[in-house]
Amino acid sequence: MKIHEYQAKKIFREAGVEVPRGIVADSPRAAGEAFAGLGGPMALVKAQIHAGGRGKGTIAEMPAQRGVQIVRSREEAETAAGNLLGHRLVTIQTGAEGKTVHRVLVEEGCSIAKEFYLGAVVDRGTGGPVLIASPEGGMEIEHVAAAMPDRIFTEPFNSYTGVQPHQIRKLAWRLGLPQSALRAAEQFVQAFSRVFLERDCSLLEINPLALTADDRLLALDAKMSFDDSALFRHADSTELRDLAEEEPAEVRAGEAGLSYVKLDGNIGCLVNGAGLAMSTMDLIKLHGGEPANFLDVGGGANVRQVIEAFHILLGDASVRAVLVNIFGGIMQCTTIADALLEAYRTVHFTVPLVVRLEGTEVEQGRRILAESELNIIAATDLTDAAQKVVAAASRRI
Amino acid sequence: MSILIDRNTRVLCQGITGRAGQFHAKHCREYGTQIVGGVTPGRGGQSVEGVPVFDSVAEAVERTGAEATMIFVPPPFAADAILEAVDAGIPLIVAITEGIPVLDMARIMPEVRRSQSRLIGPNCPGVITAEECKIGIMPGYIHRRGPIGVISRSGTLTYEAVWQLTGVGLGQSTCVGLGGDPIVGTSFVDLLRMFEEDPQTEGILLIGEIGGSAEEDAAAYVSAHVTKAVAAFVAGRTAPPGKRMGHAGAIISGGKGTVAEKVAALESAGIFVAQSPAEMGETMKRALRKKT
Repeated sequence: MKIHEYQAKKIFREAGVEVPRGIVADSPRAAGEAFAGLGGPMALVKAQIHAGGRGKGTIAEMPAQRGVQIVRSREEAETAAGNLLGHRLVTIQTGAEGKTVHRVLVEEGCSIAKEFYLGAVVDRGTGGPVLIASPEGGMEIEHVAAAMPDRIFTEPFNSYTGVQPHQIRKLAWRLGLPQSALRAAEQFVQAFSRVFLERDCSLLEINPLALTADDRLLALDAKMSFDDSALFRHADSTELRDLAEEEPAEVRAGEAGLSYVKLDGNIGCLVNGAGLAMSTMDLIKLHGGEPANFLDVGGGANVRQVIEAFHILLGDASVRAVLVNIFGGIMQCTTIADALLEAYRTVHFTVPLVVRLEGTEVEQGRRILAESELNIIAATDLTDAAQKVVAAASRRI
Repeated sequence: MSILIDRNTRVLCQGITGRAGQFHAKHCREYGTQIVGGVTPGRGGQSVEGVPVFDSVAEAVERTGAEATMIFVPPPFAADAILEAVDAGIPLIVAITEGIPVLDMARIMPEVRRSQSRLIGPNCPGVITAEECKIGIMPGYIHRRGPIGVISRSGTLTYEAVWQLTGVGLGQSTCVGLGGDPIVGTSFVDLLRMFEEDPQTEGILLIGEIGGSAEEDAAAYVSAHVTKAVAAFVAGRTAPPGKRMGHAGAIISGGKGTVAEKVAALESAGIFVAQSPAEMGETMKRALRKKT
C-alpha cells in the first residue's frame, strides 16, 4: 500500500527523520495561506499523487506546468496550486492519462550543499532489510543502478536491532559525507531504519536526501509503501490509504478477494493462480494478442468471485473477448463449470467467452459447459485457448 | 528414490483444526501420506478426521516421531509456528500459509538457517513425491511416478507443468513449490543439488518468474554442478514494470529480473527454455533426448 509524500513526511517528522516544514493544501487559497504561514522568501508547491517523477512531470493540458513549482509570493503559490489542483499530472510513472491532483504540499525552501539518495527494501538475496545509498541524489535510482552500479552502496541490517552506527559511518565515508555531518547522519539513518521496521514498510525512499549548508540531513522527498500482509497490525497505516489514487477496478477486485491489474490490451483474462495468470498473458501475447488485464481468482473460484470478476472484465470498454483459464486442482472442474454458467447467466455477456478447463473431473466439467447451449467457446488446451481468444478478439474489431 | 519425502515420512499438520488444515490433511492422507498428528495450541487431546491433536509441536514429535510438518496456521501466527517446528527439531517444515508479513520472515530466517531444519515456502503449494507422499495443497492425481524433478516458484502453473509432463509420458520423482514470497526458506540451488544426487531423477524442470535473481543463481549452479538434463520456463514476459502481479512476489525494478535476462542466463547454462507455457512438457522431453 502506497501513501502520499505529505503523509510519509509526517511519519518521518514524528520519528525523528528531519523533513522541511510544510503544509498540505487542497485549494489555491489554502496554498497561499500556507506560503504566508511558512513565512519564508520562497517555497515549493508539490503535487501530491502516488507516482514518481513529479518534478519533471507536466499537467496534461498545460505542458509548461510542472508537478513541482518554485514560488516566491503568496500570489505565486495560489497560481501554482490553481494550475495543479484538479488537473491531471502526467509523469513517467503515471501512463499517458496521468493522475488527478487533489492536494499540494507547500514546503519551505532550504539551502542545499549536496544531494544524495537513501532507500530501504527487503532484499531477497540476503533475506532481510537492506539500506541503499548513493551520492547521485535527485536522479532516478534505476538509471544510476544501470549506468553507474559502482555509485550504489548497500548495507544489510538486522531486522531487530536496526542499522548500527558503524554501518552508517561506513556508508557516510563511501558517500563522501563530511566528518562534521556524521553525528546528524547517525541519528537520521537510525530513525529512518526504525520507521522501516516499526511500520512494516516494503519500500522507503528519500530522493533527494539533502545535506544542508549547516551539516544537517533533510528528506526533501519521501516515498513510503507498506507490506500489505502486515497491515493487520497497523490500523494507523491503513487509515492513510487514498482510494482516489487507485484504479477503481483494482479496488473493487481487492474487496472481492481477487487480484487484478489493468493492462492496455483487449483480451480479458480470468485465471486461478498468479503464475498461471502471468503465463496466460504471455501466451496471449505469443499468439499475437494483447492481454487487457491480470486477474487471479486464487486457488479456488466461487460463483460470487467469478461474477464479480466478469463484471470487472466487462467493465473495461477495451475488452473484445474474454479467456477463462482454470486449472482445477482441489477444486473440481464440475464446480468451476457450474460457477461459470451461473456467472455467465447473471452477467450480461457482450463479447465472446473462451473457456479452457483442466484438472479434476475435467470431462464432466466440459460436458456441463457444452450442454449449456450458452455461447461459450470451449478450448482443449493452452495453445488452442490462446488461438481461439485472439481470433475472437480480432473478429469483433 | 526421491528427495525430501517418501512413503515412510511421518507428517504433522500445524493448524489442523482450521478449515484449510483439516481439508488438506484429509486429502494428503487419502493420497497415502502418513499424517501422524496435528497441532493446535489448546486443542490437545481432540482428534480431527481420526488424527490425534497435540498442544505443541514438541509433544507431537515426542509422541509420533514426526519428521515433517505442514503449516496452515493463519498469517499473524505462522512465523511463530515455523519457529516452534524448528525448536522441536523437525527436519522438514513445509509452510503453506499465504500472507505472512515479510519482516516476520526476515526475523526468523537467521534462526531457521542456524538450525538443522529445512524450510520450504512459505506461500507455496508444498512438496510431493509422486505416488508416495503429498505434503501440501496440490492435486495429487495429476502426478505419475517417474524420472523428472520439478522445482517451481509458482502454484497452479506447477500443476499445469506436471500435467503436461504426465501428458507426454514423463512421470515425476519429487515436485517442490518454493513459494512466491520475497523471503523463502529454500532456493532452486538447494534442490538442484539434491536432484543431481538423486538416482531416480534423470531430468529437472525449473519454473521461474520475473523478479529477484533466483533463476540466474540456478543457471550458474547448473552450469557448474548439474550433469542431468534441465529444462525451464519463466513466467511474466508481459508483466508491466513496477506492478506486483498478485501474490506472485514478482516485481521488476530497474530492468533487473526481467524474463529476457533470466532466459538468457538459463540458455547460456545449456538449459532448454520453453518459449510458451504450453510447451513445458515437450521442452523437458527435448532436453532429456539431447542428454541421452
